[in-house]
Amino acid sequence: MFRRIRVLTVLSLLLIGAIMQVGWAGVARTNKLEIFSWWTAGGEAEGLSGLFSAYKRQYPNVEIVNATVAGGAGTNAKAVLATRLTGGDPPDSFQVHAGLEIEKYAPDRFLESIDSLYRSEGWERALPRGVLTLLQFKGHYYSVPVNIHRANVLWYSKKVFADNNLQPPKTFAEFFQVAETLKAKGIAPFVMGDKEGWEAGHVFEVVLIGVLGADGYRGLWTGKTAWTSPRVTEALNTFKRMLTYTNTDHAALTWDGAGQYLIDGKGAMQIMGDWQDGWFQSKKFADYGWAPPPGTTGIFDALSDSFALPRRAKNRENALNWLKIAGSKAGQEAFNPKKGSICARTDCNQSLFNAYLQSAAKDWQKDALVPSVMHGAATIESWATKYKDIIALFVTSGDVARTQTALQAACKDAKVCM
Amino acid sequence: MHDTVPTQVRTVQITRLAGNGRWKMPTGDRLISLLLLAPSVVAIAVFIYGFIGFTGFASLTRWDSLVPDFSFVGMHNYVVLFSTTRFQIDLRNTVTFTVLFLVCCLSIGLSLALMLDRGIRGEGVFRSIFLFPLALSFIVTGVVWRWLLNPGSVQLGSTGINLLFDLLGLGFLKTGWYTDPRIGIKAVVIAATWQMSGYVMAMYLAGLRGIPEELREAAIVDGATGFQVYRHVILPLLHPITLGAIIILGHISLKIFDLVVAMTGPGPGFSSDVPAFFMFDTTFRGDNFSQGAGIAVIILIMVAVLIVPYLLYSLRAEAQP
Amino acid sequence: MPRVATYTALTVLAAIYLLPIYVLIITGLKSFEEVNLYRMWDLPAAFSLETFARAWLGSESQGFRGLSNNFWNSVRLTVPATLLSALLGSINGYVLSKWKFRGADGLFMLLLFGMFIPYQSILIPLVQALRSIGLYGSIAGLIFAHVVYGIPITTLIFRNYYATVPGELVEAAKIDGAGIFGIYKSVMLPVSMPAFAVVMIWQFTSIWNDFLFGVIITPRPAVQPITVALNNLAGSYIVEWNVQMAGALLAALPTMLVYILLGRYFMRGLLAGSLKG
Repeated sequence: MFRRIRVLTVLSLLLIGAIMQVGWAGVARTNKLEIFSWWTAGGEAEGLSGLFSAYKRQYPNVEIVNATVAGGAGTNAKAVLATRLTGGDPPDSFQVHAGLEIEKYAPDRFLESIDSLYRSEGWERALPRGVLTLLQFKGHYYSVPVNIHRANVLWYSKKVFADNNLQPPKTFAEFFQVAETLKAKGIAPFVMGDKEGWEAGHVFEVVLIGVLGADGYRGLWTGKTAWTSPRVTEALNTFKRMLTYTNTDHAALTWDGAGQYLIDGKGAMQIMGDWQDGWFQSKKFADYGWAPPPGTTGIFDALSDSFALPRRAKNRENALNWLKIAGSKAGQEAFNPKKGSICARTDCNQSLFNAYLQSAAKDWQKDALVPSVMHGAATIESWATKYKDIIALFVTSGDVARTQTALQAACKDAKVCM
Repeated sequence: MHDTVPTQVRTVQITRLAGNGRWKMPTGDRLISLLLLAPSVVAIAVFIYGFIGFTGFASLTRWDSLVPDFSFVGMHNYVVLFSTTRFQIDLRNTVTFTVLFLVCCLSIGLSLALMLDRGIRGEGVFRSIFLFPLALSFIVTGVVWRWLLNPGSVQLGSTGINLLFDLLGLGFLKTGWYTDPRIGIKAVVIAATWQMSGYVMAMYLAGLRGIPEELREAAIVDGATGFQVYRHVILPLLHPITLGAIIILGHISLKIFDLVVAMTGPGPGFSSDVPAFFMFDTTFRGDNFSQGAGIAVIILIMVAVLIVPYLLYSLRAEAQP
Repeated sequence: MPRVATYTALTVLAAIYLLPIYVLIITGLKSFEEVNLYRMWDLPAAFSLETFARAWLGSESQGFRGLSNNFWNSVRLTVPATLLSALLGSINGYVLSKWKFRGADGLFMLLLFGMFIPYQSILIPLVQALRSIGLYGSIAGLIFAHVVYGIPITTLIFRNYYATVPGELVEAAKIDGAGIFGIYKSVMLPVSMPAFAVVMIWQFTSIWNDFLFGVIITPRPAVQPITVALNNLAGSYIVEWNVQMAGALLAALPTMLVYILLGRYFMRGLLAGSLKG
């Protein structure tokens, strides 16, 4: 009996030993490069592997570790990343939205400034002014952008619109007319999938831009536009009315699940970022059109994915080379056509891109740029999270006055409003 | 408890120690016994009580980013918490969940036990069926029930239980389940009851088996009907079990987390959100450690209010010979 | 209540309890062509294991990892953690029941409360502590956490069990000259098997099924236990629901097996440790 217990003890100690060895093997210095992102699937994953190939061509001996965490538009990944950074176990480079989102990672403490790379690689010339401003945090660059996404796109089913002789709406009044017509036909006029919470915030951000215009919207995040203004009330009321035209199961779906409505011809319009383009393609669906959502013609609601360099990266040399590739023309041309985004650089070869992306690139050149809040560009993450929660509540409560008060309070908490 | 002999041993030892009047350095086996216990005692002291203390302390500071900031802010985090809509909803959800979960589990568990206790054939099979969900992880339960209670939609068709209702001609029973903000957390109760009611059944069954047959027979001899036997003899004897079940289920439901994560997430308008999820969100996603600590302290207090009186009560009961 | 009614009620309830398992299994056995959310309750037309294969192996083209690696992580985590905490519980239970000292009851009370604490209230310092001893993010760290926070329940079960061992046996062994280890070896251990079985089954199921420690302590997908990986699989929009279901069944398999093979002890564990959820 006692012998058996002893055997079990020895066995368990051996097992622990085995595990510890595994643990150490992971830490051992090898010629690796660990890239952290939430691009796990579809066009995103393909784009990332395109970027990996570009890297491999120059550094064939480096083994790339693709560390991805799925789910929640990156919220899961960001949580993992935060614990890894503070735990002294950072990846060699990680994905972060360009903009104030970087504040979350306490750059002074956990990140390494890459100003020198900006100089040596000439990125200050290759990247547009607006993006450079977005990237600077307290006067330093901490990440290099690989792409630009557009958040304000109205995707629509061409078939549904053609069958009903409709045109994509340019104003909210037209939007509601179209929606009314389609509703009568038993089609979900405006599809949404807000299971994860951020999708509603995304749509409302686009409504805010549509109602307040570029300057008005920008001012919300800098304190120049008051959250108490009647135009914010108007935006809330508009959004509330739009919600009456959504699919009944919007709370059960994620944005892509909602996209299925368009594919099946059971839904007409959806407001989502241009990753939807890549998703439609992965579903072999081609019968979709795009337009600026109501009121946002000539405005480009932008977000950008970038890669940053943590302090104490285990393979710093490899990571620096990775950032150079990520910021290079070759790297961005390998990444973006697959990812379904346009280059952050201005010199990419447009013939590599599909029709949608070419049109987005053209708009990018001439449109007014506004930073997306739901995707880390406009403000610090804690404010963006509060904004998200408030709007998620609004979707079910529909309480305009309370929501507006809460939005104002969130602005105060962020010390932007007085 | 039938450990009369050890109780005597204990009394002897205690008097021996007390009779001495002053503390002596323990020697030999006694010293070894303390040394054997020491690692666990230290571990409990540090990892449970020390950590709880630290969490309590952290909830009084301004640690709201990845970089710790221990400047003292008093009750500020709690004031903010209680005025946060999401947290108010969470507390309401916890109460709803706990009450419904207790009522469902206790009533179903008791009914199952009473039915199984009637000496029916195939009792073992039935018991196994009702008990086996307990072997599963809340995550597994959550994943399965997420799809079962996925309502589908008018345009694309019903799915899951709603689809089953359609197939059985019970279409009028269809609802939006967890996607309907008016239902929200109540849909989670269904999955939780599925998983835990067998446990309550097992407890009641063990209790019923412990009731001597003579008691029932005596009651019947006294002229009691079957129902009266249950009402006046059996059920009162099951009270301690009901209390135990309330304690166990109650503390599970106050800190429920896994099931909500896997099944619904916070849900539309936070209708299925719970404090434990909010704590996870705000601490490990939002980096607001002091607020997360505050939520943790509140959950702990809720659990303590439930548990401590029970522990004191049962310890006193045990101490009596 | 007439007998027929009892049987009917039990059968109907049993069917309802089995419904989720029915869906779980038939969904896993359907081929990809056959899987359809709107025909979820139909039986599979042909037997196919490709769904399980995909849940186990993952899919390179779709870009998600299978659960195989995480399954073995869970094994590597659960087995040593179970053994260690059983051993620790046995020693503690022995000392607390047979080597009583002043304050033992108070200590026991503190221990009991430790069983009920919501782990949220220790997570923040736990992460910091594991970090500073270099165990954060590793399976060893998870084992450590499960063993430490398993002390209360395992101690409780062993203490209650050992309390039923007559004190005369201990006294007799003492007279024969046996010391603290001698008594443990010659008196306690030979009769401990049922308690070990109960504790080990209890710990095995709770550690295997744990999610909270896993999601907090092991952020890297490569070292995560299967419950965390399953939740990520289910949270990723690219993974079809049938693959999620198959994954759920894979994650449930070991504890279901324990339940089926050792049901008697499982039941006893539930009731013995009925103070903990």
